[in-house]
Amino acid sequence: MTINASGWRPEVGAGVAESAGTYTGNRALMLEEALIFEIGDGETTGVDIAAPSAVKSRLAGLERNRPIGIPGLSEPETVRHYTRLSRQNYAIDLGLFPLGSCTMKHNPRLNEKIARMKGFADIHPLAPRETVQGALAVIHELAHWLVTLTGMKAVAMSPKAGAHGELCGILAIRAALEARGDARSTILVPESAHGTNPATAAFAGYAVENIPATAEGRVDLAALTARLGPDVAGVMITNPNTCGLFERDMKALSAAVHAAGAFVYCDGANFNAIVGRVRPGDLGIDAMHINLHKTFSTPHGGGGPGSGPVVLSEALAPFAPLPYVERQGDTFLLIEEETVDERQGKAFGRMTAFHGQMGMYTRALAYILSHGADGLRQVAEDAVLNANYVLRSLDDVLDAPFGQTGPCMHEALFSDGGLAEGFTTLDIAKALIDEGYHPMTMYFPLVVHGAMLIEPTETESKATLDQFIGALRSVAMRAKQGDPLLKSAPHYAPRRRLDETLAARKPVLVWKEPEEAVAAE
Amino acid sequence: MRYLPLTPADRQAMLATIGAASIDDLFIDVPAEARLSGPIAGLPGHASEMAVERHFSALARQNMAAGHHPFFLGCGAYKHHIPASVDHLIQRGEFLTAYTPYQPEIAQGTLQMLFEFQTQVARLYGCDVANASMYDGSTACWEAISMAARVTKRTKAILSSGLHPHYVSLAKTMAKFTGDQLMTSAPDLSAETDSEQLLAAIDADTSCVVVQYPDILGRIEDLSAIAAKAHEQGALLVAVVTEPVALGAIRSPGEMGADVVVGEGQSIGVGLQFGGPYVGLFACKEKFVRQMPGRLCGETVDAEGKRGFVLTLSTREQHIRREKATSNICTNAGLCALAFSTHMTLLGERGLRDLAALNHAQAVSAAERLEKVPGVSLVNESFFNEFTLKLPKEARPVVRALADRRVLGGVSLGRLYPGNPVLEKGLVVAVTEVVTPEDIEAFANALEEVLA
Repeated sequence: MTINASGWRPEVGAGVAESAGTYTGNRALMLEEALIFEIGDGETTGVDIAAPSAVKSRLAGLERNRPIGIPGLSEPETVRHYTRLSRQNYAIDLGLFPLGSCTMKHNPRLNEKIARMKGFADIHPLAPRETVQGALAVIHELAHWLVTLTGMKAVAMSPKAGAHGELCGILAIRAALEARGDARSTILVPESAHGTNPATAAFAGYAVENIPATAEGRVDLAALTARLGPDVAGVMITNPNTCGLFERDMKALSAAVHAAGAFVYCDGANFNAIVGRVRPGDLGIDAMHINLHKTFSTPHGGGGPGSGPVVLSEALAPFAPLPYVERQGDTFLLIEEETVDERQGKAFGRMTAFHGQMGMYTRALAYILSHGADGLRQVAEDAVLNANYVLRSLDDVLDAPFGQTGPCMHEALFSDGGLAEGFTTLDIAKALIDEGYHPMTMYFPLVVHGAMLIEPTETESKATLDQFIGALRSVAMRAKQGDPLLKSAPHYAPRRRLDETLAARKPVLVWKEPEEAVAAE
Repeated sequence: MRYLPLTPADRQAMLATIGAASIDDLFIDVPAEARLSGPIAGLPGHASEMAVERHFSALARQNMAAGHHPFFLGCGAYKHHIPASVDHLIQRGEFLTAYTPYQPEIAQGTLQMLFEFQTQVARLYGCDVANASMYDGSTACWEAISMAARVTKRTKAILSSGLHPHYVSLAKTMAKFTGDQLMTSAPDLSAETDSEQLLAAIDADTSCVVVQYPDILGRIEDLSAIAAKAHEQGALLVAVVTEPVALGAIRSPGEMGADVVVGEGQSIGVGLQFGGPYVGLFACKEKFVRQMPGRLCGETVDAEGKRGFVLTLSTREQHIRREKATSNICTNAGLCALAFSTHMTLLGERGLRDLAALNHAQAVSAAERLEKVPGVSLVNESFFNEFTLKLPKEARPVVRALADRRVLGGVSLGRLYPGNPVLEKGLVVAVTEVVTPEDIEAFANALEEVLA
């Protein structure tokens, strides 16, 4: 068996190779890069701008009279600066990125090409509607497929990311309750929920209460039902949940919540596991956001932009925020404040200045059309297959807390049980970096000790998974045997472990001239 | 299917390893009645690259692209030239296909960029610190109002009538639910802003005053007096900047005493894109750092003492603090922040100042030409690259008639303030470096024709 595709075999067990120092601090292709503030200056520029004609200034006497402090670089220096920086990043394009809950799948470049078509990329959000019919058609078409894939009544397209979608869904619930004169105060959230869920409920003005999980890693339906009452506005469920398990009792749970006059919000971060195979609408869900940057492969971009459309049930659909697109014959209408009054709409308001993430809509729609009905179903199947393959290939060496109760969905969950004294999930993660992988999600969900949540996604081949499984097995064995080298991993990354405590204790959030920095101390 | 590498043989082998007879065995936890038996109804089968591209090309052709016509739209989104290298750099896979930098040892590229971005934004705005981006200007504006309430422990925010009405609309949406009180009003179609009213309204219950600079009609005004009055009453001044290029020509809000400066970064590096994705900028005084929303990147050292960067102060954030977080934001606008930062580095201070000077000169020329159109008057005394014209009749149909003549001639205030009989004659015109003298002439002639 070759360990890597080139056939080169490292000497296993040789330990850390102490490299000789270099004059530059570079190590061949691993290049150090200074900050723009250290290499640029205020007079250098990488653009050529025409000289303005002489006019009488209309700036109200507020002309800049002090330097801004923004350095410039010439174009070649700029290209080199960011290219060098880029090489210090791990990315899906480089290898497996098994961050649980994040769905780091391949980002097709066709979608980039389409998003950049002038007719989509170079149109203004307030352009006359007659001049942007093709763009409105894209929003309408994507909305149609999102509603179809989820079996829901309507979709609010404008939320800018998953957490923004959560907020939209919770506000729709609140608007619906208030419309029937039923002020309620509390949102219930399972312990295993993403942190955004309780944060969102609080941001929308609700009190948040936790619901415990069962020993099997699912929501405790009895505890939930017991807590329901006239003060509970809704429940936020993630399904499949953050332990990578399907909430089997979802329909019963929804029925109980509805019987108590409340609504069911579903965090759709894990929709990839069921897309094309299960429709959330059939499970009694009232609102669910869809992370287009997860299930529908729009690039994560180092932390966004995302896009979080929210599908809504019949009960919540009338409260969807502005603006939205409607079709009337061959014309697409954009419903904004001015038109909504005539319609006596119940829209709860506006969530963002314009229509949401057009650049993500084109990409997501291209993804949906590329896969088609057969492809999307295969996506869910392969995502679940890959995760179960990882789970079963490693459950002899890593503790799988819910591994005995059945298959997982799209992500495999392990705990730190069985590691040598003093060895942690963090050590395993950092050692995986040396093996050439981005680590799995660490210490989440909170209901499992030292959680390691692995989501391989469907865009990984069996060969890639086999190599990853081999690497993780090797690292896990070393953690069980107490190999001290793990404690200092990573050894081969552009940086060794970083001092996060120092960063938080004495925050340095902007660059300052060295003498300025000294003076400030 | 081209994006799915598993072969039928792989699938069989993997099922055997798992010990499952079929894929359905892996979906056993899904109740049978919730499982779809066949493919989703109505959605065709998978399609080739060529077929998908053809579908989108046809739709794209139905839109009037800004670059193909004389173009004068603004009001929170601006067309500027983006250097070719910006789009090249943001498409490098190591940036494009990376995640939020949770593992800093292998994300120094994104982290160092964010540290540079934060510094650029803080300096542009004249603030001490900035965060690693928000969704867009409008959500950053609400986050600022929300932060002011946390800092002052007061809930009454005064929003200037010059604030973008969609930003106001978003704030009203949120305030309905959080219980914050907002004082809002629509602007007058005049050269005067509402600063006198703002000064009179600030009192000991005020959490913040929110002023847009330049404002929705393009007017510019010194914020120092409002800052002084706000501070005297223990309130914060929140300044909102929807056109960052302006700050290459005019003083930053921070210099005039703003405590929090937020805004839209789209003008620099990020295209129009029909409204998104954009990049929200958020900066403030250092003393509010622990009340800030969103990601922050900070400098530190690694185990060998080398400088490096990490996400920091995350005890403010939802993944640690859950319901007690300063915001629910998680994913922000990382790649748009990269586009902003890259473009800003190409500009540098020299380029930014030159770009701003060119924008202003073009706008002044355009205003002088357009106010000569019979019946048209210029509302503004001051402006940067955007001004408001008062037309002799309702502006909405005029805008449509201009579009019929292939001129995208500004934003009618009637669209932004429906049902306001004064404002409906207002037309907001933005003039950036992409506008040519011929474009201005074409606009003026078309406007004359339409108004005749």
